[in-house]
This record gives sequence, C-alpha cells and structure tokens, in this order.
Amino acid sequence: MTDDIRQLTAAVAADPSSLLFLDLAERLRTQRLYRPARTVVERGLERYPTLAAGFALLGRVHCDAGDHAAAADAWHEALRHDASHLEARKGLAYLDWRAGDIAAARAGLEALMHDRPGDAGVRLALAGLDAQSVPTADVTIHEDDAVLAEGTMLVDDAGMRLAGRLQRHGGADVSEAVAAELVGASREAARAARLLGLGAWRDAAVEAATGGLHVVPPTPDALLIAVRDRRTPPGRLAMEAEHAARESRVWLESQG
Amino acid sequence: MKPNFEGALEQLTRVRGVRGAVVVDAQDGIALAGALRDGEDGDALAALAGAVMMRLVRGSDAAGLGPARLVYLRGDDGLLCAAPFGGTLLIAVLADRSANLGLVRLALLDAVGGLAA
Repeated sequence: MTDDIRQLTAAVAADPSSLLFLDLAERLRTQRLYRPARTVVERGLERYPTLAAGFALLGRVHCDAGDHAAAADAWHEALRHDASHLEARKGLAYLDWRAGDIAAARAGLEALMHDRPGDAGVRLALAGLDAQSVPTADVTIHEDDAVLAEGTMLVDDAGMRLAGRLQRHGGADVSEAVAAELVGASREAARAARLLGLGAWRDAAVEAATGGLHVVPPTPDALLIAVRDRRTPPGRLAMEAEHAARESRVWLESQG
Repeated sequence: MKPNFEGALEQLTRVRGVRGAVVVDAQDGIALAGALRDGEDGDALAALAGAVMMRLVRGSDAAGLGPARLVYLRGDDGLLCAAPFGGTLLIAVLADRSANLGLVRLALLDAVGGLAA
C-alpha cells in the first residue's frame, strides 16, 4: 500500500463525511485494487446518494474490473443526477465501442465534443474511432503488416488506459499489452536519463521494420504512446506524438 | 574475423556532442568495448542503455512492429541512442545537448551496418 493511500485511508476514517473517499477510491483504482476501491466508493455513496461523481467513479472501477454491465448501471445513475457528467458520458461511449456499436459510440463522443470542444481525451477517442471505422474491405493489409498495431493512446502510471487505443490491422486490441511494457520502459527511461546526466526525459522512440513507436510523458504520472506504420517518417511521428502529448497535458491538468 | 568494435566506436565519438559509445551485450548489460570521454562510466552506460532499450523494444514487439533497428531516449540535457546488431548486441551512444539526433542516428546506423557486413 502506498503512502498516499495510507494517508487518505486515515483521513477518511477520521472524517467519514469527507468527500476524500473519492480520492481514496481513485488511488485504489489506479493501483488496480478494484475490490477495495468499489467498497470505498459504495460506502461514500451511502452518505451521498445523489453524488454523480461518485457513481461515475464507481462505473470506472467496475469497467476496469471487467464488469461492463455494472459499469453501465453506475454511469446511467451518474447521468440521472447530472445529465452532463463528462466521465459518465465518456464511459458509456466506451461501452458502446466495446459492444461493437460504433455509431452509438461516435454519436456519444460527438455530442461530448460539441459540449467540451477542448477535451483532448474526447478528441483522442474520436480519432481512435475514425481509425477503426474504415471499412475492412478498403484497407490493404500487407502480409508482414497484419500484426502491426497503430493508434495513439494515453495511459496512467499504472499502465491503465485513459484515452485512445492501439489496434492491430487484424483487429486485435493490443493497448494493454503495449501499455504494460512501456510503463516499465518509462520508469527505466527516467532512471537512465537521471543517472546518465540527460536531465528530465522528454521522449523515446523505436524505429522498427514495419513501423515506429514514440512515447512522451505529458506529465510525470502519464504516458502518451503513438504507433504508426512505416509510411509515417520518424520525424512526423515524433511531431504527432508531441502534439497529442500537449493536448493530453491540458486535459490531465483540467482533471485536477 | 574479429569485428572491429573499436574502429566503429571511434567513428561515433567524432560526431559532435557525443560523450561516448559502447558495444553492449543487451541480455546482461555488460560492455564489450567502449570509447568514452574522460570521466564517463562505460559500465553504467552499458547497463542502463541495455535495460531501457530492451524495455522499449518489448513495447515495440507487443505492438507487432517487427525487429527494431534504432531506439533513442531524449532528455533535456542530451540523448541516448542505440541500435541492435548481431543477435543480442547493441551499440549505445551517449551525447550531450549539442548533438544533432539526425547525425547521431545516421552515424550509428552506419556503424551497425559496418559491423553486420
């Protein structure tokens, strides 16, 4: 258990009426401690049964734990109390996408884009949908590219996806596998940069046989990952990743 | 014939801003040869370069990008650039902020190409 979780647990215990239960549940969620996160947020909601932010967080915990039906219930409940709640609307659009209902996901995200034009997470999600909605018959997949993934994705420091995704041309989503490896790489990069006198690390890249990968830390607690096929020159990939990282930074800072 | 690591490394150290270059066995992070400015620690460079580069390559593998040909890490004060060759070996180059990534990249790919030939 990390120090901040210990401190938040103590603070919530000392003042059970505090809204700090939201922070505690969120920290537990980012540490993938889903069961305690759910317990904390459910207890908090007993005191605040109309708190949309609480139901939205409960939805995220259920979703991360793989219980999409419970996530949908929680997000609908959040919207019952606050029809404009951003995270709940994003979550439901994500579930539409997971269920294969691209049209519904797009409609949800476009409505969000209309209401929150500056939200980088929504823009990234829409860009992901655009990539996916290209009809398969129109995509030429070279034999050696069939396993190549493409896309742009933002993950937190535990490797959990915040926005976007990476999908192979063959259709498989490899976001979590790539994120798990690169979150470790991010820590190694920070350590190597410090010990080798390179200062704070700014970005890292891999140029490979069928494409390229570029990673940028928009904040110390997040990682922007961009993957493109070999038609995108390395310099352009770097520019695209840095641009997406700037937008992600604004969005992350707006989340507090 | 024994590969001419020293010749390849010396060429790399002539690029502006390069602080040093090492040939590393990436599996164990051991330096096999090095050409470094005074004060630079070749063993630390080998170990750290091997660790971070292998991590990045694993991410690249998970994305299905195929064999890596070049990997780099940039910081506010310099860069680390590496290219694999000969199975588990890589050349790692450490440079300060005056170095041009494009030139280091070209020199490194040339060096690796020469060793692989």
